Amino acid sequence: MLMNLIVVLLMFVAIGAIIAIWTRDLLSALIAMGVVGFTRTVVFVLLRAPDVAITQVVVEVLLLVILIRSAVRREVHTVEGGRKSAGAALAAALVVVMLVLGVIAVRELRPFGEPLEQRAWDAPALTYIDKGTEQTGAGNIVTAVLLDYRGYDTLGEATVLFTAVVGAIALLRRKSRRSGVEAPDEG
Amino acid sequence: MVYLLCLVLFAIGLYGVLTQRNLIKIIISLAVAESAINIFLVLLGYRVNGTAPIEEGTLEQHAAFVNASVDPLPQAMVLTAIVIGVGVLALSMVIAMRLYHRYGTYDITKIRKLRG
Amino acid sequence: MKNLAAEEREGMSVIVGTVTHWVCAFIILYGLYIVAYGHLTPGGGFAGGVILACGFMILMLAFGKRRLVSMLPISRAAMLDCVGAFLFWLLAFGGMLFVGNVFFKNFLPHGGRLRLWSAGIIPLCNVAIALKVTASLVLALVALSVLRVKAGGSDEEFITDIDEE
Repeated sequence: MLMNLIVVLLMFVAIGAIIAIWTRDLLSALIAMGVVGFTRTVVFVLLRAPDVAITQVVVEVLLLVILIRSAVRREVHTVEGGRKSAGAALAAALVVVMLVLGVIAVRELRPFGEPLEQRAWDAPALTYIDKGTEQTGAGNIVTAVLLDYRGYDTLGEATVLFTAVVGAIALLRRKSRRSGVEAPDEG
Repeated sequence: MVYLLCLVLFAIGLYGVLTQRNLIKIIISLAVAESAINIFLVLLGYRVNGTAPIEEGTLEQHAAFVNASVDPLPQAMVLTAIVIGVGVLALSMVIAMRLYHRYGTYDITKIRKLRG
Repeated sequence: MKNLAAEEREGMSVIVGTVTHWVCAFIILYGLYIVAYGHLTPGGGFAGGVILACGFMILMLAFGKRRLVSMLPISRAAMLDCVGAFLFWLLAFGGMLFVGNVFFKNFLPHGGRLRLWSAGIIPLCNVAIALKVTASLVLALVALSVLRVKAGGSDEEFITDIDEE
């Protein structure tokens, strides 16, 4: 029953994605991307992942505002058509090949919703759920995993976010106007 | 199955990246593909009639919590992935803005000169 | 360019501004709550940091870009970003300094079960992460919607509205 609900929601996400990618107006595309994001939030809530749902909904709002403010200017609103047909056919063939391989791979997966003890009897996640609170003292097991058991990954993630934002600010720097100095092209 | 729908969503995003001409549409397709993978990861960790992995009962309810909780590991990974996705999208939008300033268009078939 | 800049920079009407004054305080308080109770209820450093960045974003939308940058200049946001990342690294390194040679060890005492002050270094890590994510996203917001791009010129005419760097 839950699986049917998630299938319906994922079909909404697919329809929103198709509209976002192939519509002509840029503002409609960004709003359709917002639909994709909010439906993802509902899917995450149904899958019992509250941390992820909170983060996803706030990130979607922030991303919508950032993208609409930066991409939709007064001059440019509509989008040209697609490419020539030869490239499109080759791309479609590649995507179909990937889909076929993906279907073969997905068939190897365990059925949806199987409990973790039957799927992998020695998974580390069983230790995290069982002894998480007494080993780390935190009630939220996801935070305990993020900051205690897998703290190194969080350090790497903080570094990636830092690098992305520093790169974004550095790309927008004004070129120096010192006379006689030819600053390199920053494109 | 739900896994197939996630794959189809990823294929839609991939097709958009390969065939779209506008730079902003390519960035949107990248975001759609990343969404599909995040949903797939959280789907892997689900458990039938599961509860959220937040422990808030007493010690006597601990056994029931262990039997019913969903997998917390994919959720931690997806949390990180969502925030990284925002950073990457912001950086690619800045690159797109710089290209627009340089060439006056978002069309990638017209952005061909490496040094203008 | 100046006409467009003037009407875009002023923000929205008085009603929106007044309501935003009240709502923004709640948003920032909610973000701080999510960060502080991150080890007991859903949330944590990332979600709380993004909520705080949304609070700043709503300030920018309602009052214009000048007000946001006067409250949180680019240099200060960059400094907060670095401070957050450095604090997180320092907490990770503290495990190596204080307890043996284990990187990222949870070295503070655990406290009572499921109380606010418990779980070792996890609440402090949450605060550092939230500081870092907030500053990063406000910087990204400023980079993408405050600074203005003029199309089709050479690099000499690239305008940065807020030229503090």
